[in-house]
Parts: sequence; C-alpha cells; structure tokens
Amino acid sequence: MRIALVGQPNCGKSTLFNQVAGYKAETGNFTGTTVTFMESKVRVGGEVLELVDLPGTYSLSGSNPAEREAWRYIRENPIDLIINVLDASHLSLGLELTLELITLKKPVILALNMVDEAARLGMHIDGEGLQEKFGVPVLPLVASKGRGVRNLFLTALRVGKSPKSAIPILEEDVSDARARHALANEIAAKYVRQGERQFTWRDRLDDILLHPLWGYAALGLILFAFFEGVYGVGALIEPPLMAFFEKMTLALAAYFGEGTLWSQLVTGTLQGVSAGVAIVLPYLVPFLLGLGLLEDVGYLSRVAFLMDAFMHKIGLHGKAIVPFILGYGCNVPAVMSTRVLDEPHEHFAAAALATLVPCAARLSVVFGLVAFYLGPGMAMGLYLFNLFIIAITGKILTSMIPEDTPGLILEIPPYRTPTLQAVMQKAWFRIREFVVEAWPLLIAGSALLAAAEYYHAARFFNWLARPITWALGLPSQTGVPLIFGILRKELSLVMLGQALGSMNFASVLTPTQMLTFTVFVMFYVPCLATLAVLRRELGTREMLIITALTVVVALVTALMVRGAALLFFV
Amino acid sequence: MYLLDIQEGIWVKVKGFSGGRGMQEKLTQRGLYPGDCVRVLRIAPLGGPLLVEVNGREIALGRGVAQKILVEQGTCG
Repeated sequence: MRIALVGQPNCGKSTLFNQVAGYKAETGNFTGTTVTFMESKVRVGGEVLELVDLPGTYSLSGSNPAEREAWRYIRENPIDLIINVLDASHLSLGLELTLELITLKKPVILALNMVDEAARLGMHIDGEGLQEKFGVPVLPLVASKGRGVRNLFLTALRVGKSPKSAIPILEEDVSDARARHALANEIAAKYVRQGERQFTWRDRLDDILLHPLWGYAALGLILFAFFEGVYGVGALIEPPLMAFFEKMTLALAAYFGEGTLWSQLVTGTLQGVSAGVAIVLPYLVPFLLGLGLLEDVGYLSRVAFLMDAFMHKIGLHGKAIVPFILGYGCNVPAVMSTRVLDEPHEHFAAAALATLVPCAARLSVVFGLVAFYLGPGMAMGLYLFNLFIIAITGKILTSMIPEDTPGLILEIPPYRTPTLQAVMQKAWFRIREFVVEAWPLLIAGSALLAAAEYYHAARFFNWLARPITWALGLPSQTGVPLIFGILRKELSLVMLGQALGSMNFASVLTPTQMLTFTVFVMFYVPCLATLAVLRRELGTREMLIITALTVVVALVTALMVRGAALLFFV
Repeated sequence: MYLLDIQEGIWVKVKGFSGGRGMQEKLTQRGLYPGDCVRVLRIAPLGGPLLVEVNGREIALGRGVAQKILVEQGTCG
C-alpha cells in the first residue's frame, strides 16, 4: 500500500515523515526545504506501508519546481491513499490545497497538525464537523511530539482496506483558485471557533527581534554568539583529532617505508580522510546543529526579513541570506541551500556569491597568515572587505542578468519550540550530503597531491601558475599551494609552508605578499567539492562561468590589495 | 492606493494586483487574494520589507511587491 504525504510548506509534513521513517527527510521552519521527495517503508500493525513525502506545495497548479514535482508524482504514480497534513493553527490556507486534492477522487485522510499550537491561539476546531463535511477521516496530530501519529497510521491501514470509506465528497464548485479561497475561508469560519487567545512571550518577541534598531542589534548578537559557539566547539575538538591522525600517518608511513610511492599514496589518502573528519566533526556538525536550531525556532525567516533591504542592494532578496550564513561554515551546503530560491537567475546569482564567502577552510588561511602575523584587526578588515566585494560582485552580476525579481514574498512562521530530533535529523541530512558529495573528492584530491609530490611535479605546476603569481608579486613556489588549494583549501597554509621551506612565514613572505596571497585564496575557485555541487545544482556551463568569475574577482581584488598594501608596508 | 502607502496598524481590503502573473501566483498561494483584509504590522527600515497580517498569518512582502498591491481603506474592520 502506497501513501503520499501532501501538505503546504511548513505544515509539519516532513516532521511527521521523520517521526515514522527515521533519518530520511529534511524538515525545516523555513519554507521549501524539501524539493525532491523522500520515500520510506513504515511498519504499522504488522503490515508494511510505503510512505512518500512530497515537497510542500501551496497548490497543485503552481509553477515552481517543488509544486510541479508534487503534482507530477501524484499524477504518474499509483497512490492508494493521500494523507493531507494541515497546520491546524492556519486552517483556512491549508484547506485551499485540500479542496484541490478532493477533485482527484482518491482516498484522503486529513491530519490536523499542531493542534496544540491552535489551542494556544484559542481555536476550537470541530473535527467531527469537518469529517462530515468532507466525508473523510479527520485526525488531530502533534507531529513534533509524536502525538496522534500511531492513530493516524492505523486509520490509514483501515482506509487502505476499504478505500471507499475515504473518498471525499463535495457539492461546491472548486474549479478555480478564487472559489477555493472563498470556500476555504467559509469552511474555516464554520468549523473553527475562535476563543480567548493566550498571549505569551512569543507574541512579544518580535517587538524586539524585528525592531528597526534592536532587531539588528539582536541579529548581530545572535550571529556573534552562534559563530563564537561553533568555533569554540571546533577549537576544543580539533587538536586531539588532528593529533590522532598525525600519529596514524606517521605509523603508516613507517610501515610502508619512508619516501616510497605507496607510503605517499596511503598517507595522502589518509590525509584526505582526516581533512573530512577535521572539517565535519569540529565545525560542520556544530554549525549545522546551530543553524537547524535557528531555523526551527523560526528565526531564520526573521533574518530574511531583516536582511531583505541589504540583499536588495546586491540584487537579491532576503531569502538568499541562508546560503550566505551557511557559506561561512562550508560552501557545499551553502550552494545546496540556494535551491530554496524560485527564480533560476536568483538561484545562479546566490550560488555564485555564496562561493565567494570564506568558508571554515579558508578561515584557517586568514587566521594562520594574516591574523597571526599582521594582527586580528587586519583579519577582521579582510572579512569586511570580503563582504564589500561580494556586494559589488552581486550588484554587477545581477545587473547583467536580465530579470524581473518580484521581490520578497515569505511566510513568517510563529516561533516554535524546536524538537531535538528534528534539528539533529536536518543536520544529519546536510552532513550526509557533504560526506557523499564532497568527502570522496577530498580524499581523491589528497591522493593526487601525494602522487604529484612523489613525481616532483612541483616545478611544472609553479610554471603553470607563474602568470598569476608573477602578477601578484608572489614567489613562484606559491604556484603549488594555489593550484592544489583547489583540491584542499584548508591545506593551503601547510602546502605554502612546504613550498617555501619554512612555516615561519614572516621570514619568507613580506606583509604585502601575505595579504595578497590570502585575498587571492579567499576568492578564487572555491574547491573541488563545491565545484561538483555547483555542477549538479546548476549545470556544467554555469559551473564554468562561476569558476571564471571567481578567478577574475580574486585577481582584481588581490591586485587592488597589493597596490594598497605597497603604499603602507613597502 | 497601494499597500506601500498604508501606515502600520490599519486594516485595508485588497482590491487587486498590478504585478505580473508570477507575483500574483505567489501571493495567492500564500493565501492573499483580492477581497482579503490585511494589516501592516511592521515596516523594516532602509527600504526593507513590510510584515503583513492576513487571515491570522504573517507574511513578509518586499517593497517592490507591496507597491503592486492595490488596496482600499474603510471596508475592513
């Protein structure tokens, strides 16, 4: 028996799916996180049901990718039963989709999710009345707490055995959207009684968090605490991890014999594995957990609201803020998250700009070179400079793409208490994407690097990169770290040390060279893993355009900084 | 009169949209139709979006969108 979960964005559909399916679907309090559908088998009452989580859709006639996908699936696949999940606290909007589903003449169960939230808002929903009105089972649900889930699937099982009992009936004409809107409002008015509403701190929170002044102060504080927390956790976990891998590398190198091709390849591969672990465990995990928390609380939509004006200045709108925040952790999930943007040109522009955001790996170069030798103030300055360059690039980029941005239209959900399970599941989902998409490339890149070292290919690569290193006034040996930095950005600094023969960079590089190198590393070709994701999300041509763009931006900015620095440092 | 011209806190009725089809579709999908009563809750500074209440939900609308929503005063409580 095949069951499709259908519902509007942010109705808790994916939360329900996760409750029964385990670590499979991504959920969120930011609309449109599920674009492709997820399938899972669920065991209920000794029987196995096939459950499909379709992307959240406001209607079946919509034109965005998620909506087309949902509609195509319902049309083309044999479905025995539809579970229509509705946000009980916003019943009238949800019913518009229900009225559309009814015309399919398939068995339907209505699951009124978040009935606890509705009760808090003082709503009394007449479930039996709705049941009579549509002639289908109507069940209460609190998916985030798992309440009503079992009952829902037991009912589904029963309906599956006698499908006729849940074929909806309706006398009214619902052929056009406006008629559905009017009827949905009418039904909601009839079956939902509005009682006394309990005002809580949640209703007052936006007075501060969306305040024209305090809102931005709070945003700054929250983001500061967020990044501080992430890097705090990272700094705790990373050293022991790296020490462990260091030991293992040494042991393996000794086993295979120092300097042989095998030992080079094995240690190179191990370094790729350790790089993945060193990025994922200390930084990506806390980063994604924190972001998931902000998302599920409902704060991320508020960030979109607050940052909309700024994002318009760079030719995008507020929704594109998420990839930017993600980008500071890792560009791979950042590029993936640009999917939430509806228009193709927005998708492209946001992905291109997200790759210019310095990720945790590039942060290591900024810290290790600029902050360490030239002072933290200079590193901070570089970050502001980076933001400024992204803004200008965005402005130029979006002015070149012919477009008609309708602007921000985004639901601001009520604040919700996030469930640990949902936050962990979302983080896991994104980490899995990193592990599957990016990690193998990191490992392959590392092995390749080791082989190149073994065959003394350094001179060739230095020659290849000479036009760039010459223009930037860098020693020719920086060619290798720059080219192989594409494979592994977080190794740029180590490779730079190896290439120059000293880890005391002050003795081999002038301050100007340090700055120029760092700025170039900040902007040029993100990394192999990000390129792979760009290709998958946007296509080969777009990936190549973005690559060329980053090289141009990196060259121009590095030359600018070199010119400016020469004035100050000689 | 357009939604962008309305002050915070005043209920107005949506008369129609002067934007393109894409914009109309997005608005109606989020439950904003001609005939609905809406109220501007907040206006973000420096050309930022408007926070609008419609049928008990909150929707953020960029200024470009708000200046294409025709409204009239006086017919909504």
